[in-house]
Amino acid sequence: MKISEQQGSNVSQNETIQVQLNGRDREIERGLTIRSLLESLELEPGMVVVELNREILERDSYPNVTVSEGDALELVHFVGGG
Amino acid sequence: MTATMIDEARALDGPLVIGGETFVSRLIVGTGKYETNEIMVDAIRASGAEMVTVAVRRIDLDRTKADGILHHLDPGEFFLLANTAGCYTAEDAIRYARLARAAGFNDFVKLEVIGDEKTLLPDVAATLEAARTLSDEGFKVMAYTNDDLITALRLEDAGCVAVMPLASPIGSGLGVVNPYFIREIKSRLEVPVIVDAGVGTASDACVTMEQGVDGVLMNTALAAADDPVRMSHAMKHAIIAGRLAYLAGRMPSREIAVPSSPTKGMLG
Repeated sequence: MKISEQQGSNVSQNETIQVQLNGRDREIERGLTIRSLLESLELEPGMVVVELNREILERDSYPNVTVSEGDALELVHFVGGG
Repeated sequence: MTATMIDEARALDGPLVIGGETFVSRLIVGTGKYETNEIMVDAIRASGAEMVTVAVRRIDLDRTKADGILHHLDPGEFFLLANTAGCYTAEDAIRYARLARAAGFNDFVKLEVIGDEKTLLPDVAATLEAARTLSDEGFKVMAYTNDDLITALRLEDAGCVAVMPLASPIGSGLGVVNPYFIREIKSRLEVPVIVDAGVGTASDACVTMEQGVDGVLMNTALAAADDPVRMSHAMKHAIIAGRLAYLAGRMPSREIAVPSSPTKGMLG
């Protein structure tokens, strides 16, 4: 799996899609599921909560949901706070 | 010796029950602003706190490895209380609370809607709005608020499982600036009252507990101490001391001296 910044990508256009990932434009491989996206980012699904176009996804659905062109994804986790 | 002393103290006090969850410690601690994760974990253990707050944030995708707090803090050891810190609208706070619940640990949320950047004082109208929505959605809302009785009563009506008035502004370390209002809130609410924010040192924590509140939530007082682990020990004792002093009932204070030894039987 390959995730690359919008610039400097050498994956041809029809094999990639544009998405917004944590507020930044990214080009990702077409056809990735949420699970495969997290894998490619080396994130443990159990440690992440995913919001897709402002809807929170159930963890069970990660293998079944495919990321589409123009999707806005938020990947969040717990950090230190008071 | 310390462990025995604390066991004895706890035998003299009941547990803290919030939203059906039972805690022995009346101290809730934050996890922010520690120099290292190791110091944070050591400090939390030293404090004896069982409930710890965490924040919800975007994962930094530029880092080689995600460094969420759960890589350091065992959710089996501590009860995680996710906060909505940093939110300035009811809508944002609700969004953060839902994300936190989706992490799958519990239905509790520390609701915090800030109204002003300089003082970090709460926006009580937005807090009330979010409290109602989240309580309706089944959240167990612990609401950070100011030391205003009417807001506290409304938050209880909204379904909050705990109301958390500030001692003084977040991170200020000024201690309880209005003990009278804190006592008034405690005397009028059925749900636990946890004083959240403003404690600077152990005496502040002790004085806060002497007002009769059910617990104290703090972060900076521990994280920003020169020695956070030692300060956490101090806070653990201060919370117990203040609680037991409250339960024991203090002597009346007067502005004249009264001798402690008999005045009779003095040599002629």
